[in-house]
Amino acid sequence: MTQFVTRQENAPETAPGLREFTADWSGDQEAFRHVHWGKAMMWIFLLSDTFIFSCFLVSYMTMRSSTTVPWPNPSEVFALNIGGQPIPLILIAIMTFVLISSSGTMAMAVNFGYRRNRKVTGALMLATALLGASFVSMQAFEWHKLIFEEGVRPWGNPMGAAQFGASFFMITGFHGLHVSIGVIMLLIVASKVARGHYDRAGDYSAVEIAGLYWHFVDLVWVFIFAFFYLW
Amino acid sequence: MNDHPVDIAQHPVATTEGHTHPIGVYLKVWGYLFVLSTMSYLVDYFHFEGVMRWTLIITFMLLKAGLIIAIFMHMAWERMALVYAILVPPLVLLVLVWMMTVESNYTFWTRILFLHGGD
Repeated sequence: MTQFVTRQENAPETAPGLREFTADWSGDQEAFRHVHWGKAMMWIFLLSDTFIFSCFLVSYMTMRSSTTVPWPNPSEVFALNIGGQPIPLILIAIMTFVLISSSGTMAMAVNFGYRRNRKVTGALMLATALLGASFVSMQAFEWHKLIFEEGVRPWGNPMGAAQFGASFFMITGFHGLHVSIGVIMLLIVASKVARGHYDRAGDYSAVEIAGLYWHFVDLVWVFIFAFFYLW
Repeated sequence: MNDHPVDIAQHPVATTEGHTHPIGVYLKVWGYLFVLSTMSYLVDYFHFEGVMRWTLIITFMLLKAGLIIAIFMHMAWERMALVYAILVPPLVLLVLVWMMTVESNYTFWTRILFLHGGD
């Protein structure tokens, strides 16, 4: 506070109103006390991302409830033939379990990071990245099946309401993009962990921040699973 | 989570590094998430329909989301200032949902009345 007062005296050329404005807003650095700045920023980014995904999900809701043509039944569209018998939504269920598992390994990686256990942290992050990569592969398989076998397009499909394809590709595509970026980020942070970068810096916050992003990707999938696949 | 070793009242700044929860907490939550996912899958598998289906789906969804945010993302141990800054703003989305419900209802009936029953 005293620092602020002296600075104000030394800068008479600035308009007092503007000075007050910047002082008030820069006071925000005290708003999240004892929170790593990177973590606070990641949370704010995730908040903005929440709004982006919500826009997609709300527009999907709008399209689905305004169409007069029946919506394709996701339970049948995403069924897989295993042993000559269609099992509903099975691939989506497996993808869900894979993503949840990756969240579990990530949570433990953060924990071991704070225990400064370099090897286990690195290994768990690598496991998380591998699970994430397998999730994206399964999604690629699902897209391939839908585009080339079922003939789903963003502007129409043989099963029902034309809006189905547009919402499906937009929502799962944007989520898949997030997973892919997450895998790359995890691999970068994991390699830094393995090389002892955070031991030297004495700060394992980067692992927790990467973890926040990864759990968010899992969180978004929870909502997509409920609203798009199960509804 | 009564058996949790880190309590907010005892450790007001427990969110900075140095706090280590036992791994068992994460394994337990992992297990809960598996069970909840299985249950929401079974909602589809056993063809629950109508209000029952929607209630079950939303309940399991909110429980899963809560576990992920509170435990995996450590929100349960964050400072109140951060928790409110992140969790309150998304509530305005409910207004968007309400407005778009009204809008889509209007679109639906416009299509029924003026577009020969749809298409």
